Amino acid sequence: MSPVKHSDTTCTQHNKSKILHLGLWTLAWLASTALLGFGAQYIWDYQPAYSITALMTHLALGVTMIMVNVKHLANLDELQRKITMDAMGITLGVGLIAGIAYEQLENIKLISFEPEISHLIMLMAFTYIVSILIGNRKYQ
Amino acid sequence: MKNRLKVLRAERDWTQADLANALAVSRQTANAIEKGKFDPSLPLAFKIAKLFNLTVEEIFFDEQMT
Repeated sequence: MSPVKHSDTTCTQHNKSKILHLGLWTLAWLASTALLGFGAQYIWDYQPAYSITALMTHLALGVTMIMVNVKHLANLDELQRKITMDAMGITLGVGLIAGIAYEQLENIKLISFEPEISHLIMLMAFTYIVSILIGNRKYQ
Repeated sequence: MKNRLKVLRAERDWTQADLANALAVSRQTANAIEKGKFDPSLPLAFKIAKLFNLTVEEIFFDEQMT
């Protein structure tokens, strides 16, 4: 006999829909980042009004993405939340430590090029994904 | 922390998915709790106890204290 409950399918579909929602907002934010970066150069020829509009849109989408992410975290169960929060903590730590060290590399003449923020973002994304995978494996 | 979830579940012929659904958690979480890899929060422990009509102490126990 099965206990009285909401169906598994409903729970899974609910989670999938939340993840899809978060993915769409993240995609929208990424698109606005690209628009902000390339729009001024290739589309509106650095006209301030368009640039300010693009910047405001980018910031608004960023804030929305954060809020959707907070909601997504609140909807996770406690183990999933722990795995996600652990991964976020590790990513923040790695980002801070590696970011400061990377920035110093040019100052102490160990590299000849200027450090790029995109390298740090790639490292943080990689760290987050690996941390999530390790966390999930740990509690399998 | 150890627990009797596997036995209690087997007595009722429930799968881990049934237990997970009844507790509104993922199957991964139900499995991790059952295996003692993850200690549930107090509210979830009470929810589990209520589901089986037992007290928290009758389900969860510290191995070192027994």
